[in-house]
Amino acid sequence: MAERIPLSLHVPEPAVRPGGRPDFQYLSIPQAGAVRRPPVDVPAHEIHDLAYSIIRVLNREGEAVGPWDPGLDAEAVKAGLRAMLKTRAFDARMMMAQRQGKTSFYMPSTGEEAVACGFQTALEKGDMNFPTYRQQGLLIAQDWPLVDMMCQVFSNERDRLMGRQLPVLYSAKEAGFFSVSGNLTTQFVQAVGWAMASAISGDTRIAAAWVGEGSTAESDFHAALVFASVYRPPVILNVVNNQWAISAFQGIAGGESATFAARAHGYGIPSLRVDGNDFLAVHAASSWAAERARRNLGATLIEWVTYRAGAHSTSDDPSRYRPKEESDAWPLGDPIERLKNHLIALGAWSEERHTQLRAEIEDEVLAAAREAEGYGTLHDGPKPSSAAMFEGVYKEMPRHLREQRQELGV
Amino acid sequence: MPRRTMVEAIRDALDVMMARDPRVVVFGEDVGYFGGVFRCTEGLQRKYGASRCFDAPISETGIIGVAVGMGAYGLRPVAEIQFADYMYPGYDQIVSEAARLRYRSAGEFTAPMVVRMPCGGGIFGGQTHSQSPEALFTHVAGLKTVIPSNPYDAKGLLIAAIEDDDPVIFLEPKRVYNGPFNGHHDQPIVPWARHPLGETPDGHYAIPLGQAAVRREGAAVTVLAYGTMVHVAEAAAEETGVDAEIIDLRSLVPLDVETIVRSVMKTGRCVILHEATRTSGFGAELSAQVQERCFHHLEAPILRVTGWDTPYPHAQEWDYFPGPDRVGRALRAVLEE
Repeated sequence: MAERIPLSLHVPEPAVRPGGRPDFQYLSIPQAGAVRRPPVDVPAHEIHDLAYSIIRVLNREGEAVGPWDPGLDAEAVKAGLRAMLKTRAFDARMMMAQRQGKTSFYMPSTGEEAVACGFQTALEKGDMNFPTYRQQGLLIAQDWPLVDMMCQVFSNERDRLMGRQLPVLYSAKEAGFFSVSGNLTTQFVQAVGWAMASAISGDTRIAAAWVGEGSTAESDFHAALVFASVYRPPVILNVVNNQWAISAFQGIAGGESATFAARAHGYGIPSLRVDGNDFLAVHAASSWAAERARRNLGATLIEWVTYRAGAHSTSDDPSRYRPKEESDAWPLGDPIERLKNHLIALGAWSEERHTQLRAEIEDEVLAAAREAEGYGTLHDGPKPSSAAMFEGVYKEMPRHLREQRQELGV
Repeated sequence: MPRRTMVEAIRDALDVMMARDPRVVVFGEDVGYFGGVFRCTEGLQRKYGASRCFDAPISETGIIGVAVGMGAYGLRPVAEIQFADYMYPGYDQIVSEAARLRYRSAGEFTAPMVVRMPCGGGIFGGQTHSQSPEALFTHVAGLKTVIPSNPYDAKGLLIAAIEDDDPVIFLEPKRVYNGPFNGHHDQPIVPWARHPLGETPDGHYAIPLGQAAVRREGAAVTVLAYGTMVHVAEAAAEETGVDAEIIDLRSLVPLDVETIVRSVMKTGRCVILHEATRTSGFGAELSAQVQERCFHHLEAPILRVTGWDTPYPHAQEWDYFPGPDRVGRALRAVLEE
């Protein structure tokens, strides 16, 4: 009988842990402009290579290069820069508010602003995002009122969700922003259903599904891809690969063996892998996928390669599982800095104007926070009514809930 | 009036609603071209086209998840889970999503959907074709749970469920799809064509959710039952001669508390029946409600006749299924107190 070697379990580990030097060698990054731009009606099997590369537009000098350069004018670029700065300032203010005890919880999107803010530019009124908890930029890029978002974070009397939801789990139908759930990936398959409904109804609206790379491991990710593959509905399947799912690096989600964009190959869904810190690449790839959807060509999966620069949430301390310097070493840089440099390269911007814009935005965010706090914070000031707790479970309040409301005496 | 089996009544309800409302779409595994493994959707794809009635991949979380998305869009999806025993992969979508969408979005988004699922035993279905998971739904705030016992109710309740703006779990006891079953497995099946509740009007009619039906008026004991167990209760009352008042709950959430309380106040005794396992089953909730609301009128402890706290076995089908003998013993026992 042949000698057998003892089997051993492979448990992926990140290249470095706290105290080590950041190492991103696992990430192969092509030059900006190097990846081809196929026509939107390309069959999935002809662009398999795109799932293993990274579409990039902005080079080191801040110039827009290559076939994916969307050719945005300076005003559009400034709007993108403004949206990203506002998202970052909003996050900073709300992180501080949590530290000050004004709310129980917050989740920043620091470093990922280009993905949400850039993506929103490809959507039209009536389209529907099915976001996770880290796409606040989708709202901010549309100039959705910051006060409204803050009131939700503070669970105060102006909170449109009546204090029922954890902070950051917004809902804004008017802004095409589906109610965020705490249960990961459930919305990914719902987006496919929404898009199927649009197709069944002969509508022209499209849907966008969102998931982080960690949550692609959920069964709903697979279900969404199967249904998107079968019925070819108008949906964009976004995977935000920020390298980290709380403390677990992307290898634990299966990222060591293949890219997340490559998942789509097995389902016959065209997929792109894109520099998520390159606003112009985000805009270009989103527009490509949106056009495919609007032309009834079906779903597209996009893996956005980015880095979660902040903590997972206010309840998390990343220094316990990754080097502190890692976010500074991230090879795709900072999305805001890169777009700022592009505007400067265009001759339409300067450090002075940038500093001025940041100050304006910080004032705007501070004013919004003061207004929102005036309507109450979690532990201070007016709150949603206790009676509202019993409403909206069903369209009409059934007998047993009326009795329970009376039992509470409200 | 036309007589229909429960299968035909369900199909007719879907047909009526698909004709009335273009937002109604029907899908699930084998539901489209083939017409369903129990024939409940036969002919619908031919009549309404593949974009209104279609086959789905074998993914319960996918089926229920896309239904939630369709409901959020504005359609009124009717999703089928082939057996209630197979709903578990979709349970997260039901509990965390469909049930809570209205609440968590303060009404911005809703899930006006129906999930149909054949349930119950008595068919030698073994462990995964016999389950009665209703308590897993009634425990979830935001869901309505309905279970008809006959063709007339099945059609009227399904139409009401489709028209309801809240998510409805619609459990169909497959043992009574083709005829009432009173638990006497050794006797020939009586078809619905010979039962008055096989009579189902053509066209649209709805039975409001939350209204029980008194199947047999009686003075000695109140029997609370639903689904197949309604017929078992009727047989047991007849065979024991106990003057039982048999209430078919039809809808578990919302629950028709008034009808239950009125009856127990009159009889002073209560027996609760269900096929599902006993511990934490819906019978426990019914028992608690009766105890809380009728304590001073009760002349005996409330009894429960249920499935045993085991997985549903195959060979021991008739030792497991709560048949008329077991129910009859409970009817006598509750009178002896």
